[in-house]
Order: sequence, then structure tokens, then C-alpha cells
Amino acid sequence: MSNLLLIVCLAGERVALPADEVEAVVEIEGITPVPRSADHVAGLTALRSRVLTVIDCAASLQAGAPATVTRDAVVVVADGHPYALLVDGVEDVVEAGGEARAVRTSLSGGWRRVTRGTVDAQGDLLLLIDPGALIAGPEAKAA
Amino acid sequence: MDDLINDFIAECREMIDTLGGEIVAWEAAPQDRERLDAIFRFVHTIKGNCGFFDLPRLKALSHAAEDALAAVRSGKRVADHQLVSAVLAIIDRISELVQALETGETLASEDDSPLIEALTAAKPEENGAQGQSAAAHGRTAVRTIRLPVDLLDRMMSGVSDLVLARNELARRLRESSAGVEVEAVFERVSATIAEMRDAITRTRMQRIDNLFSPLPRMVRDLAAETGKQVVLDIDGGDVELDREMIEMIRDPLTHIVRNAIDHGIERASEREAAGKPAAGRLAVCARQAGNQILIEICDDGRGIDGDALVRKAIASGVLAEKRSERLSTAQKTALIFEPGLSTAAEVTAISGRGVGMDVVRANIERIGGIVDVDSKPGEGVRLTLRVPMTLTIIPALTVSAGGANYAIPRSAIEEIVRARGESVRIEWVGGTGIATIRGRRVPLVSLADVLGSEQKEDVEQSLILLKPTGADVYALAVDAVHDHEELVVKPASPAVMAAGLYAGTTLADDGKPVLLLDPPGIAASAGVVLERDDRDRQEETADKAVQRGTPSLLFRTMQGAKSLLPLSAIERIEDVAADSIKLSGGRLHVAVGEAILPLEGCGATPPEHGLRILRLTDGSAQIAYGFAEVVDIVTPDAEVRPVSAPGEVRGVTLIDGEQVEIIDLHWLFAAHAADPSRSGEQPVCLLPHGDPWMDNILRPIVESAGYRVVRSGEPGAADADVAIVSDGAEAPASGIARILRLRSDIAPAGKKDDSIHRYDRAALLGALGASGRGKA
Repeated sequence: MSNLLLIVCLAGERVALPADEVEAVVEIEGITPVPRSADHVAGLTALRSRVLTVIDCAASLQAGAPATVTRDAVVVVADGHPYALLVDGVEDVVEAGGEARAVRTSLSGGWRRVTRGTVDAQGDLLLLIDPGALIAGPEAKAA
Repeated sequence: MDDLINDFIAECREMIDTLGGEIVAWEAAPQDRERLDAIFRFVHTIKGNCGFFDLPRLKALSHAAEDALAAVRSGKRVADHQLVSAVLAIIDRISELVQALETGETLASEDDSPLIEALTAAKPEENGAQGQSAAAHGRTAVRTIRLPVDLLDRMMSGVSDLVLARNELARRLRESSAGVEVEAVFERVSATIAEMRDAITRTRMQRIDNLFSPLPRMVRDLAAETGKQVVLDIDGGDVELDREMIEMIRDPLTHIVRNAIDHGIERASEREAAGKPAAGRLAVCARQAGNQILIEICDDGRGIDGDALVRKAIASGVLAEKRSERLSTAQKTALIFEPGLSTAAEVTAISGRGVGMDVVRANIERIGGIVDVDSKPGEGVRLTLRVPMTLTIIPALTVSAGGANYAIPRSAIEEIVRARGESVRIEWVGGTGIATIRGRRVPLVSLADVLGSEQKEDVEQSLILLKPTGADVYALAVDAVHDHEELVVKPASPAVMAAGLYAGTTLADDGKPVLLLDPPGIAASAGVVLERDDRDRQEETADKAVQRGTPSLLFRTMQGAKSLLPLSAIERIEDVAADSIKLSGGRLHVAVGEAILPLEGCGATPPEHGLRILRLTDGSAQIAYGFAEVVDIVTPDAEVRPVSAPGEVRGVTLIDGEQVEIIDLHWLFAAHAADPSRSGEQPVCLLPHGDPWMDNILRPIVESAGYRVVRSGEPGAADADVAIVSDGAEAPASGIARILRLRSDIAPAGKKDDSIHRYDRAALLGALGASGRGKA
């Protein structure tokens, strides 16, 4: 398993995503809304004739921050379905300095749910985010 | 048969390839139940197929291996090293035999019996010394190409990308106003892409016939082998399914049919004793129901013995004894899907080792389907495979509401009406809408409300009458109805499905994602109180021509006239290509699917372009009627003024102040009742020799009226039902029931002149019709 991390900006924080779970980084061109779906489901978008479900990560984190107008998205595949996770920005791919460690401090609400641990990314300590948890969204609404 | 053998070889090779790893793993851990099951399924499948192909050597080998493995599965034998080696040796030999079968070589004539003996040391009853292998046919095997569905998927997505790029290019071209030549080239590229897309879409679809066609032979062979009488009934072969789905259903279906004949249907004597007809009945049918394709396999055999299953399940440790007491009948029956269980008292070469049903369920569930079993002891078993339509291509209607586009599966749509049409009344009672459409009251659901989007006030809405599976009819109000499209539906992600309103996603022609609505989900979400459909459903047949108040289709004919046909006579509307229309026997015919239908409404010359047809039915016969466009669905209530001459038009009525022709269905069907292709008893018309006008101009008319044309001297000429002669010509010999004289002058020569003007088509057909019917 490669230990590459994709560093993205999410709800104002720099966080890491496991790069081997990320299929691509894309710019989204227009979203078809899905009425009556959970709040963190921003809609659908087409990418090379595939339909991706667009996830508003800020809403999924219940970060409270108003969703910034963003077009950058990280494409991941979960349970055979492709998703586009809207992020504030994509920085870089770096090699992780060692394994992820459990988080010792208490994280605020949404973050706790989506965090796998902390990783060392070239000297910075970042949260390692679980894309699946971002897709699932806040339990209450996903149910 | 060659095809089937090749399929079998390819399948075996695939299985052997994938099994390689399993065998090695099993050797390392002989207790591993999963590996054991996988290998067992392999030899079971080989055994089953060999029985079908008459490959005694393979059959003996696989049967022996299966016996040994079954013993291991039931715990009667331990998978020791010796057994594993013996099984491996057999699988190697099977692989060699398959190889030999494929290349057509004769395998160095080795005796299989040592292998089998090594395996069945404790069971000497196995007689595997079948000398000659069926491989020794000495013909070279024809190789077929097996394409991975992946590749088709890639082609499909590649073409979809092409479409998107083309659309983009089209936009750019419009902006830059390139020259005419560039546009002409672009048009060509565009047309080619559309054609490719169509072709590739089709490569993925197969009629379910492909799945059903081997069944008759299989049933016949199985019945002969088991000494039973079985009547097979197949229905719904023209349902289309994704190729991948077909492949996934093939094995389960085979297993189910085998089981039904081997275990379900009893021997003739037993059946007669139970008061059933001697021949068992096996019915296999497919149909599309809403979002699913249903395949039902019913037999009228002895049913599944639930208690026997429970005993077996307890014996083999699948089921705890305590739990078994609480099982319902249905739960007991469902035990048939547990691996390693079978109610068969004896193991036969066909089935009965409890393998199969677990495989059936695994395969169906892998494609997101469901298997239901319904068994009535003594009456039979009904197995229903429900396969999702996702992945399949479905005809859909695109609509918009609240500013976004959605697709609705056509199968759920009954009718589309304008919300402000005269026959529609909308009332709001306590916040719920009720639409009264031609006196029929149905709940009204606004799509925009259901979706929680803003309702546009100023648009004229359309109502779509939906009839979802298992629910009542309701009307869905949408802002606009756009287009009819064939959509490749893909499963939506769980996050989207959670809304409960959607059945899947698809891409529209402009490359934007479109949600496919789920009609039952919308009804449930809107909480419509489904009322009784309080319109008395009239049994309307085509015999009844349009009467006042009969819902009718208002359409424009190829000639541009507005015409009416009763809705009840219209089976469906289809687009047909120009090359499927042929002039034969003086009459146009159109090939639709596998049927060739007489084509009306287009005169007698094949149209240059494809056209839309109405498929009309009188309950048995079908006629295609070409038309230009649908105008509306109306309920005429003005007076009908009949036209005097019998013909295609029965009368004229007023709709919105405009004269509209009413098509005479009776006349249409009567003209085709004596279709030469169907009826041997058509009336005969005698035409004189060597008259080019008669030959070229008159003959098609006579034939279109259902006559067979003969010349004097030909068989049948002497007792023709009617003869046509030019005025003044010699009348043919007697024995002819009626003679029609045609004159060149418009006006009759005198009062006694009963001749018909040669271009008075109506009178001519009238006279011909009278003669023809006179005979009938």
C-alpha cells in the first residue's frame, strides 16, 4: 500500500485524504440538484459519461461555514458508486511520514466522525479523513 | 448445437482458469468449506452440461468427483490428501478433455477408470470406463469471440463522450458561423456518431429469447431421461434485457428448470393418482414490470416439502433445532436456498445435491435481483426472478418540473393530457388535488411539490397518468413534457436513493445527468390516498367504431389530414425505419420486431424515410398505420356525419371547430382479414390478359382489397369470385359469380349501365368488397 496523501482544503482546514482511494481530482462543471435528498448531497454531475454524486463536504461535516463557491472536487469510488467530494482547494500529493495515529485530542462534532487519525505530512500534522464517512454524511440525515 | 458446444467449452475454460487458484488453496486447506463449494459447483456444472451434450467421458469423471465431494460436504468423508489428489487429477483430466474437444484432437486414448477408482476406492459402484470420448469428432472447433462486458461498457462510454464532444462542437460552430461545407461535414460526423451510439447501445441488449431458446430441447431431453411427460410453455421472449443480465440469469434458469423437472414434476402415474393431467406443465415467462424484469418459472408438480428441508437443515447443522420450530411455511420453503440442502430422496445425474439453488440465489443477488419462491404442496412451485432494470436501456419520457429535467419510465405511463384540456377538471379538496379526466377521478400529485421545488404559476401544466406496479393510477402534474428517449439507466448512489423518489440516473443527450423518477416512490412520498378508479372500464373493442365519448387519438395522417382512431384499438406507437418497409404482393408491409404487419395510411409506395406507425389491433390481427404526428387525445362529442362510400374514412366529425376524419377500423381490418399471407381462403379476381392499365394500376387495388388475382387460363380462373373487364370487352366464360365492368367515361352510358368508372376507387372497392364479403 502506498502511503501517499492528497492534501486538500476542507471547511477551512488543511486535511489529508488517502491518495490510493482517490481516483482523480476534477473541476466540476455544473451540478444537477437532487431534490429531497440529504443536505450534504449537492447533486449529480457528469464526468466522462459517468454520473457522479456530488457531496458537499462542508455540509457533511456540519461545519456551519457557508459552502464556498467551489468547483474543485476529489473523485472517489465507494461501494461501486462514484462520488465527487467538493473541497475548497487541492494542494498537493505528499508521502506520509509513517502510519496514521489515533487522535488524542477531542475533535469537534463533524470532524470526529470523518477522521481516521492524524498523519505526518512533511512536517505538518494533519487529520486523515475517511472519504466513506464524508459520503455517509451526518448519521441522522443519512438514515 | 455447435454454438452451444462452443459456449460450453468457453465456459469450462473460464471456470478452469478461475478454479486454478481455488484448487491450490483447497489443497493447502482441505477443510475450507468455501473452496470446497466452489470446486463442487464446478464439477456439478460440468456434469449437468455433459448430460446435455452427451459427453460420457466428462460426465463419468465429473459425476465421480461430485459424488466424492458431496460426501465431503455432508461430512461422510474427510478431505484427506489422497482424495484431494484424486479430485485434482480428475479436474486436470477434465481440462485436457475440454482442450481436446476444442481443438478437435483425439485425446491419447487413456482410460479414465484408474482416476475414478482412485477417487471412489470405497464406492465400487462407479463405472467410469467409458471408452470413447465425444472429443474424437475430428472436426476443427469454430472459435467464437467472447467480449468482456467491460469492453462494451468502455465503448459505450466512449461513444457517450463523442456525443458530448459533438454537442460542444455544434455550439462552437454556431457561434463561429463556419462555412456551409464545414457544417455539411459536421452533419455527417454527427449522423455517424448517432448511428454508432445506436449500434453500441444495441450490442448490450438482447432479447430474452436467447435465454429461452435452449429450453425446449433441454426440457425434452430431461423429460425423456426422467421418464416424465412435460409440456413447456414459454412467453415473453421479446422482453429485452441487458446482455450481462442475460448471461447472469442463464445458469440460474437452467438449474431451476432442471430442478422443476427432476424433483417438482411427478411421474405420469403419480400425477394421475393425484388427479392431475399426466403431462406436467412447466411455464417460463418474462415480462417487464415497472422497474424490474420478472422471470417466472412455474411447475405444477408436487411442490417443495418444507418439513423435509427443515429435517435436512437440522441434520447438516445449518439450522438449530430450536429455531426450526418457529419457522413459517415460507421460511421453511426458503431453506431451499441454503447451500448443501436438497429434498431429493435420491441423487440423480440431473440434480439433487442441493447445489443449484444456492448458486441461483447468489447469481441473481449479484446483479441486484431477488429470487422468490412460492410453493404449494401438491400444486407446484412458482419461482420468480426479479431483475432490476438498472443497467438496462429503457424507453423514458423526459419532463421538467421546478426548472429541472427528469425522466419517467414509459412502462408506467398510461396517458398524457393537458391540464387545461377540455376533458380535464382539477379540483383542490383540503389541500389534495383531484383530477377528473373524462369522468375518471384520480389523485393529482404535483411533481414540483413532491420535489419541494418552486411551482411556476404561469406555465400550462401537463398531467401524466401513471400506473405504477402494485398501485393505483394517479396523475402527476409536470411543467412540460419534452421528449421520448431511450435511456441507459445506471444505479444511483445510496445517498440519492435514500430520497425514495428515484429509480436511477441517466445521461441526457446534452451530457447532463438526469434523474429517473420512481412512480411508486412518488406516490408514497406524496401520500396520495389512492381512490378507487371510479370510471367504469368499458370493454372497448376495435369492432366498435368511434362513438361519441370514446377516447380517441387525434393525429395527422401522412396526407396531412387530421384523423381519429379509438385509443382502445391502438396497441402502441412505434418508429420504423424506411428499410423495414417493403412492397410485397401489391401491398406495403412493415417489419416490426419479428412480426410483419400490413402497413396502411401510406398509399402503395414505400416511403423514403422512416416513419411512425400506430399498431392497431382488433384483438387478434394487427395492422400498422403510418402517420405524421400525434395531435392530441380527445373525446369527440360532436355529431358524426358518415360518408357514404365505404373506405378508409368512416365519417367526419368536428373537433374544436375543425373537421376531422374518423378512420373506419372495420374497413381497415376487413380489408386485411383476407391477408394473403394468413388466409388460404381469399376471394379470387379474374383480370384479362395483356391490359397494362389493369396490370399496373388496377391490380394493386384489387389485391389490397384482399383478392388473389388470376388470369384467364390459370388455375382458379374458371370459378373466380369476380371478374373485371373493360366496358365493351368480351365477358369471360360463365361460372364466375360476378362481373364488374369498368368504363372510361365518367358518366354512365345510361340508366341501365351498371359499370363503374375506372378511377372511381371508392365504388370499385365497394363493389369488390361486396363481392368478397358476399363469399365469406
